[in-house]
Amino acid sequence: MDKFLSDFKPGERGTVKRLSAEGRIKRRLFDMGITPGAVITMRKTAPLGDPIEVNIRGYELSIRKEEASTVLMEMDGGDK
Amino acid sequence: MKFALAGNPNSGKTTLFNYLTGSTAHVGNWPGVTVDKKEGIYKKLPEKVTVLDLPGIYSLSPYTPEEIVARTYILDEKPDVVINIVDATNLERNLYLTTQLLELDRPLIIALNMIDAVDRSGDKIDIESLEKAIGVPVVAISALRGKGVKELMQRAYATAKEPFAPYSVLSKSAAGEVFNRVADLLKNKNIDNPIFHAVKLIEGDELEVKNHLDIISLVNEIKSAYPAEEFDGDFEAVVADARYKYITERFSKLFKKAPRKEELTRSDKIDKVLTHKFFGIPIFLAIMFAVFHITFSGDFLYLSWYGVEPVESLGVFLQSQLGNLMGIIMDAVSDGLESAAPWVSSLLVDGLLSGLDAVLSFLPQILLLYLFLSILEDSGYMARVAFIMDRAFRRFGMSGKAFLPLLMCFGCAVPGIIATRALENERERRIAITISPFFSCGAKLPIWGTFAATMFLNRGGEVVVFGMYVLGLAVAILLSILMHKMSKKKDVAPFIMELPAYRLPQPKSTAIHLWQKLKHYVVRVATIIAGAIVVIWALSTFNFRFEMVEDNANSIIGIISRGIQWLFVPLGFGMGESGWKFVVAAFTGLIAKEMVVATMGVFAGMDADPLEMEAGELAATPIALLISTLSIPAGLAFMAFNLLSVPCMAAVGAASGELRSRKKLWSAIAIWMGTAYVVAAAIYWIGTYWWIGLILAVVLAVIITYFALKKKGIDIFKKLKKA
Repeated sequence: MDKFLSDFKPGERGTVKRLSAEGRIKRRLFDMGITPGAVITMRKTAPLGDPIEVNIRGYELSIRKEEASTVLMEMDGGDK
Repeated sequence: MKFALAGNPNSGKTTLFNYLTGSTAHVGNWPGVTVDKKEGIYKKLPEKVTVLDLPGIYSLSPYTPEEIVARTYILDEKPDVVINIVDATNLERNLYLTTQLLELDRPLIIALNMIDAVDRSGDKIDIESLEKAIGVPVVAISALRGKGVKELMQRAYATAKEPFAPYSVLSKSAAGEVFNRVADLLKNKNIDNPIFHAVKLIEGDELEVKNHLDIISLVNEIKSAYPAEEFDGDFEAVVADARYKYITERFSKLFKKAPRKEELTRSDKIDKVLTHKFFGIPIFLAIMFAVFHITFSGDFLYLSWYGVEPVESLGVFLQSQLGNLMGIIMDAVSDGLESAAPWVSSLLVDGLLSGLDAVLSFLPQILLLYLFLSILEDSGYMARVAFIMDRAFRRFGMSGKAFLPLLMCFGCAVPGIIATRALENERERRIAITISPFFSCGAKLPIWGTFAATMFLNRGGEVVVFGMYVLGLAVAILLSILMHKMSKKKDVAPFIMELPAYRLPQPKSTAIHLWQKLKHYVVRVATIIAGAIVVIWALSTFNFRFEMVEDNANSIIGIISRGIQWLFVPLGFGMGESGWKFVVAAFTGLIAKEMVVATMGVFAGMDADPLEMEAGELAATPIALLISTLSIPAGLAFMAFNLLSVPCMAAVGAASGELRSRKKLWSAIAIWMGTAYVVAAAIYWIGTYWWIGLILAVVLAVIITYFALKKKGIDIFKKLKKA
């Protein structure tokens, strides 16, 4: 099942399929390791509802939902 | 010889730098940008080595000042060797930068840092195979404990003397052919760093394309022959993908992760509490409250509430100690100068020393704030604060990272302004610096206190004081929204930030940090302030014939103030016989806000006729008499003017250092003075003639309704015209 990273719930995991961001934001996402094939686990949402915290390539990254909505993911089975 | 340290933020780069250079470190600025440039000397090699700490970066892309500074330095200054600090606990992302550094012509050596943390967790890194796979020396170190650092430097020294063959991981990727052809093209043109430039030109890197306009069409020709189908011809994606693929395929298998007993790391557990959905914000507020309480409270732990003798908090205690010391020095100097010409002792004691006293009196508290700040920063909590607060700040065109600097401005605008350096986006930084003085700082508190104890005694003094804080906050919010709406670039700075693992702050690096900030503050502030103080002293001591005057009223500034007093008539406090005194007080407030009450005190003393007053009355409230010449709206306007105008010369100095542009500095000063004038005038007029407030409210309501309706697609003016 495909869905955007911004729609992930805490604990859900998936693999990056495609990025639709542009310019410097796209580059920044790449640089931080969000490239096609990378596995991302959604960790949590900030107290005010945005941004989100994800685990990627073994470290914790915080991005806004706006940026996360440019990352198309293929869902894994979820938590387990 | 020159060694450059390059690496990701939070990789321990600065710890290594501090370890290598110790007390020889010097912090400056890279030309043209607000990025710290740290240099120091390492003495334990046969040759003297200058070590340069490049800013922490994730990539050599051209989008942040840090990245541009780092790559320009390596390309143009040609360090003898680049030491790449790699966080061993986070290999994949750290090696991403390494694959880029490998493309540069400069010899490279890898310092595999935090190896002790890896050992402790039972993980294994096959360092020998890693060295072979990457093709450059890899030395495991612990920058914190100094383990392996000596070997690192010796091997770096040897590496620097050997020729270096740069290579790109791209050559073995899907885009290998494109890369090889572009690289050959550049090599044939005898361009320095051909491999680096080849990759950047393939990526379509903005800076590179600008610098190689002559070849870009040839490069594009080669690129067009190889459509990267998977990525819709997006070569930036191809390159980033190739790097990470290369790392996971060749390097990641050399990292053997031990089975974990628990799934959650210690950092995860701390995070569960500190960024908790409900407790995250209250915990943050409690931490901030504690910081301010220890720094600024005159009644530590509120002991007086329990009938115990109040104790000063650490910050206030240190401040009063420094004040006593300055007092002793000033007494000694004025005693020693008894036989000197009166203008000499006046210049030294009333001018320089008392001015320095005013500025330095806040130094202990500023340093304490810095100390807490650097502990929060080094522990990794600051990134969480930005994470928690980001949402609230976005509508003002800022990110969560702006929260802490602005909060510090309630204590003192100087560390607040300097802390805006952590903001990535220049526009965001400018907004933050511009609104920074509106947060009522510690030095303004005596003004509120004086008015609360006189004009508003038994008339809601604490409400007025609280109101000043709210007014400042409201103006700051309004202005930041205005600046955000008016700026041409509407894009909000992206917020893509690493949340580093929590670490215990290291006393040594905190101390070094603090010492550097202290030097920074004293040097920057002293140069600007000393000049300003001497000028103001001269203006308030001499008359136009350069004779010393007894009464400040006859001094140059007194005469000028009376001349421009009419300017402040619309603000209420410029009216009447004593009006010029408030004008002078407000002006000295531009130097330092603690001088406002001091100036009023001087005038009040001169003003009172002792024969006409009861002894107690005179002793108790000489200032009260002066203040009683103002109407209440005029008093409020005076307070508002002091709240919003230029906060102090120290803050102007800090702002000039951070804005790095004369034009931007002057526009910030103009905004501060303009806002102060307009808001103070509004308060005075509304307070004096309530119906003006009514008219203003109606006008404001009409404007807001108009824009609200327009947002919904209804344009009233057009409808009226049609009707």
